[in-house]
Amino acid sequence: MLTFAIKRIMQSVVVLFVMSLIVFSMVNLIGDPVDMLVNPESLPEEIDRVRQDFGLDQPVHIQYWKFLAGAMSGDLGNSFIFGRPALTLIIERFPATLELATSALIIAIIVGLPLGIYAGLNPDGWGARIIMGGSVLGISIPTFWLGLMMIIVFSVLLGWLPVSGRGETANFLGIESSIFTLDGLRHLIMPAFNLALFKISVVIRLARAGVEEVMALDFIKFARARGLSSQRIVRSHLLPNILIPIITVLAIEFGTLIAFATVTESVFAWPGLGKLVIDAIVNLDRPIVVAYLLFVVTLFLVLNLIVDIIYAALDPRVRLQGDDL
Amino acid sequence: MINWAKLLEINGLDVSFSSGQETIYAVRDVSITLNPGEVLGIVGESGAGKSTIGNAIINLIEPPGKIINGEILFQDQNLRSLNDQEMLNIRGHKIGMIFQDPQTSLNPLMTIGAQLLETINTTKKLFGKEAREKAIDLLQSVGIEQPEARMKAYPHQFSGGMRQRVVIALALAGDPDLIIADEPTTALDVSTQAQILDLIKAICRKRKLGVIIITHDIGVISNIAHRVAVMFNGAVVETGDVKKILSSPDHEYTKSLIAAVPSGKVKVERFTSIDYIEGGAKTQKRIDVKEHWLGEKLVDTKSEIAISVEDLNKEFVLKKAMFKRNRSNLHAVKDVSFSIKTGETFGLVGESGSGKSTVARLIAGLLRIDKGTVKLFDIDVTNNFKGMEVTAAQRSLQMIFQDPFSSLNARMSVEDIVAEPIRFYKTASSNRQVKQIVRDLLDHVGLGTNAMIKYPHEFSGGQRQRISIARALASRPKILICDEPTSALDVSVQAHILNLLKDLQDELNLTMLFISHDLPVIHQMCDRVAVMRQGSICEIATTNDLFNAPNHTYSKHLIKLMPA
Repeated sequence: MLTFAIKRIMQSVVVLFVMSLIVFSMVNLIGDPVDMLVNPESLPEEIDRVRQDFGLDQPVHIQYWKFLAGAMSGDLGNSFIFGRPALTLIIERFPATLELATSALIIAIIVGLPLGIYAGLNPDGWGARIIMGGSVLGISIPTFWLGLMMIIVFSVLLGWLPVSGRGETANFLGIESSIFTLDGLRHLIMPAFNLALFKISVVIRLARAGVEEVMALDFIKFARARGLSSQRIVRSHLLPNILIPIITVLAIEFGTLIAFATVTESVFAWPGLGKLVIDAIVNLDRPIVVAYLLFVVTLFLVLNLIVDIIYAALDPRVRLQGDDL
Repeated sequence: MINWAKLLEINGLDVSFSSGQETIYAVRDVSITLNPGEVLGIVGESGAGKSTIGNAIINLIEPPGKIINGEILFQDQNLRSLNDQEMLNIRGHKIGMIFQDPQTSLNPLMTIGAQLLETINTTKKLFGKEAREKAIDLLQSVGIEQPEARMKAYPHQFSGGMRQRVVIALALAGDPDLIIADEPTTALDVSTQAQILDLIKAICRKRKLGVIIITHDIGVISNIAHRVAVMFNGAVVETGDVKKILSSPDHEYTKSLIAAVPSGKVKVERFTSIDYIEGGAKTQKRIDVKEHWLGEKLVDTKSEIAISVEDLNKEFVLKKAMFKRNRSNLHAVKDVSFSIKTGETFGLVGESGSGKSTVARLIAGLLRIDKGTVKLFDIDVTNNFKGMEVTAAQRSLQMIFQDPFSSLNARMSVEDIVAEPIRFYKTASSNRQVKQIVRDLLDHVGLGTNAMIKYPHEFSGGQRQRISIARALASRPKILICDEPTSALDVSVQAHILNLLKDLQDELNLTMLFISHDLPVIHQMCDRVAVMRQGSICEIATTNDLFNAPNHTYSKHLIKLMPA
């Protein structure tokens, strides 16, 4: 286990380093942030002064070296626009995105799993056909279009839900979140569903495939021959066995939920990371873009590690490898 | 307990499977009876419908299968008239079931304790401490040591035989009156098989249970059953006392089925094939080695010794670790030495995990050799794949694998499969000649030339094994390694394949390394035999000596277990 952990950490460091190199050099290829920061009609001396202030007059490799030295001590540079540390800005915005992604994930499981299991248990019924057809739609409909449609129907036409933004937040057990207030929930529900739709379809497909595979196995037949009821077989024999692949896939997908929340956040003007980074890209706010990308990479690395741990925790064949009684 | 005159009575059972327009009868007009305390064997080859009867009794036939006609009277109650809820009170409560493969009959994510407890909860309505005690009792009664500690273990922590014991404990959890065992020992080694059969016998006697054993193995039937029903093509062709049926069968099919079982006692020239099924023996065309393509360049074998193996060693890494004390290796092959004379059939016998297949793979160069040398016709081929001589030596060695389903590429036509070695070694001058040779080979292994354009999935297990043999022959081998070539096949098919191998060996003067766990088959096929156990060879002897006067204790043990 120790060897495994050390190996993983070393790999992660290498990945992070390579990633920072790629991100840094790419960002430096596009545009000149000074044009965005200074009034183009300013005196050349003024422009040069700003350039010097941000260290943009130096060659790229020196800039990178400085950035790397700062990164070692947790300083990813200051935002050109806000003048505050990029990392602080990201951490400030992160709870809103985390809240959105977590809600979407929970919706995906709550909605997708029962539908998928139902479709797997009754593969030839009408219900299964409708569910599977729906899941194809869920995968193919573009998120942004669906978001706009939801706003038109539920906010503009029916007036049930607020159009955009994040609602009131409340503090519960030290967590500041909008899910603890009614207003917050009303704001959250549409973007969360919008973001969840793709994942619901993924969960349905995974669950159905898992059910069809596991139900054909001998131990299910043996469980029936032992006189166990159908509910019991589904609950304690089928479910745990199909959950292993679903949970491992979803844990990785959680990373994509956070990374791709950008589209949903833009549509619903959700004040999360996605909006921050889109604005940063438009304004050529390099430190924010770099910090965001490295943040996402770290997130994926951590999630991957968690997946491995969950996998071992769920499956005794992995957990108890080698120590036969 | 009420004493039922008949525990189970099945009258005129028909089960059909319909797909589209077609309806196939898996079971046709079957009638059997079973008394308490009696063991009834149902024997037949795959596809005979034996398992369907077992599934029909507890109403677990997979769709599209359906019971069409007949009644199943269990303790004077017609099981067909029960609804799903009432059936739940029969399954596990009154009728227990044991399946073939203990690797897959248990939920891998639940401890065996939890699986036992849930069964006891449902069938006996016992909970908490009482249920626990009952579970521990059950484990003890099926011969599991330290049952309390093992309650917390997961299925993968048990060996195959132990797992089958757990499965039996689960089947007994509801104190059933009838046990249906569907091929309960097929996935197990000979010595484990004997233990499990003894256990079933003892339980049957002690609890006065009726037992139905479904198997393809006549040896198992003769060991355990009181009465036997022989099935062929969905129908029971003969039923009666086991001694009577085995010694003087009436029906033609039973006769040929019993005759096809390789005997451990008498060595015969050829296996009796089940002519009843295939309708008359085909006369095989013999090839004249001097003129045939297969015979070309075959005669230049000067060396007397075809394979010689010295101090062969192979270790597999089970667990990697930074520190040596945490690492664990499996020493699969330990100091194995033997030599095989040209034209000889050498047998390797042993239980699963004894390292016999690993030896074959090491000789064939499919695995790296850790220590030791392998010589083919006096040419050292140890971990050496370069040089003309070595390539030629390796080409002369071909392998036939156990599983005819996974050893053929499903996306290649039979023609391409057989032609591949010819094209690779460029042993034919033109494409037309390649076609001609493939046609000839297929004809020779008894498949007929129209097999060429087909794909592997269109063939049965036995036919696929014939394709494997044709493919092996296509590189004009002098040595054939057969790794359990017939253990996935029915007895009748096995007889055909073994006869084919014998004929080929006679014609082409092949040297054969024949690997099997099946002693009677080894007895019939081999000139000399090596007995392997835990990676080392216990004994090498001529077949006659080994079967009549084994030296090593382990060989004696194996020979003793061999079904009569």
